Amino acid sequence: MENKKTILDIHNFSVSFEQYGSGFKKTTLPVIHNLDITVHQGEMVAIVGSSGSGKSLLAHGILGIQPYNATLGGEIIYNGEVLTEERKKALRGSEIVLVPQGTSYLDPLMKVGPQVLKGKNDKKLKERLDKIFKGYNLRDNVYNLYPFELSGGMNRRIMVSTAMMAQPKLVVADEPTPGLHMEMAKKVMSHFRELADNGAGVLVITHDLEQAIEVADRIVVFYAGTTLEDADVKDFEKEETLRHPYTKALWRAMPKNGFKFIDGIQPYVKAMPEGCVFGPRCPHFTEECKCAIPYKNVKDGRVRCIKAEEN
Amino acid sequence: MKLEAKNITFRYGKNDKKILENFSLSIESHERVGIIAPSGFGKTTFCKILSGYENAQKGEILLDGKPLSSYKGYCPVQMIWQHPEQAVNPRLHMRDILAEGDEIDERIIKGLGIEEDWMNRFPSELSGGELQRFCIARALGKRTKFILADEISTMLDLITQSQLWSFLIKEVQDRQIGLLAVSHSMPLLENVCTRLVDMEKNI
Repeated sequence: MENKKTILDIHNFSVSFEQYGSGFKKTTLPVIHNLDITVHQGEMVAIVGSSGSGKSLLAHGILGIQPYNATLGGEIIYNGEVLTEERKKALRGSEIVLVPQGTSYLDPLMKVGPQVLKGKNDKKLKERLDKIFKGYNLRDNVYNLYPFELSGGMNRRIMVSTAMMAQPKLVVADEPTPGLHMEMAKKVMSHFRELADNGAGVLVITHDLEQAIEVADRIVVFYAGTTLEDADVKDFEKEETLRHPYTKALWRAMPKNGFKFIDGIQPYVKAMPEGCVFGPRCPHFTEECKCAIPYKNVKDGRVRCIKAEEN
Repeated sequence: MKLEAKNITFRYGKNDKKILENFSLSIESHERVGIIAPSGFGKTTFCKILSGYENAQKGEILLDGKPLSSYKGYCPVQMIWQHPEQAVNPRLHMRDILAEGDEIDERIIKGLGIEEDWMNRFPSELSGGELQRFCIARALGKRTKFILADEISTMLDLITQSQLWSFLIKEVQDRQIGLLAVSHSMPLLENVCTRLVDMEKNI
């Protein structure tokens, strides 16, 4: 993997929000902080995180479609150059594509066929679209339907088709498969895999660890707005090869590994614990953990836990 | 108590294909039934019919032997939707969205991990998983007798999924609420349900 070109390098990335309280009181909410991810050419990286940990914001930050009151920090390097807001605008939709999370990202007033073609009336494009639709078991008449006339799973396939129409170098897929049955989800994922095998970098944002394990090369575990572990997919075969206590807890919560949960919830941005973000739920938590935790290299991966070697 | 769907046949438009044909299912209060079927097979539609949001062309829905439509006021069959962001009024604060339910117990709000601070926010200011907690709470009102959970945990991570399900299972057991769970994940349904139904084989 080392000799492959890095297509996306996100370093110390942060997203914060400005919120207005009563009167003129203004507060800043740091939703994402200390986030590091790299995606190489031909590689499929899955970011697996709890809901509400700010995963979608990361996707929107890369594309430059974050809400107006969000402030981005840190550095995004795309293809060797800093990805500025202007570059994002120029590249999104062609070189960098997003597969959005919610089905509400489709225009409700436009039929899905023309919508995927971006209103262009081009025979070649239409033929390509027909092929893609067929591949996803979407019947011909779907072309002329509105999003509300389709099921949740069908809408999702439409959004994936949109990404397949462009020939992207970087695909950011934000939860592309919920609501699809197993087979279709696998098919969608295998298409992302194909894009990666053809040289694109693919960043899949998901909560579905099981699925990520099946298709991705590398898994980045995301919790409370930060990256806790960066591990090769084969490290997930056993609990022992994993590095972070949270990753281990995730592993145990898989239905096939016992469906066990740990207490507590992910800390809320306004009430972040001191030091390690997982501290309050961690069985190995001690006083030493109440400091800034470095992202260190452990056994060919990275982990944000000071006790990673011991436990 | 028993919730029955008898010989349900349903299609959206006159010339569309039948989504459900002669489909029957009955759930007892003490049961947790899981439904599996591929996408587009009418799982959500079936839940909508069972909870009175859609009327079937043929067949009937009986609760305790009486048609569901004869129950006036609060509907004892409550559905939790797959996309919480589409199941809440975007112009209401979360507090008011919860108030749409039937006197939601403080215990439920605590049990689902809903933070006081979320109450003053709008739906667009919460994540999918946070919103879904509200939707689950809202459906667990005092007079709820049956819960239809339509892919309610697809957007959640494994730990949250396991937390919410174990809360929901305990709640429906304690209150003798019948549960219908729809999911594409077999291991999940096997962990949650007492009985599984394959829609594909039933038709």
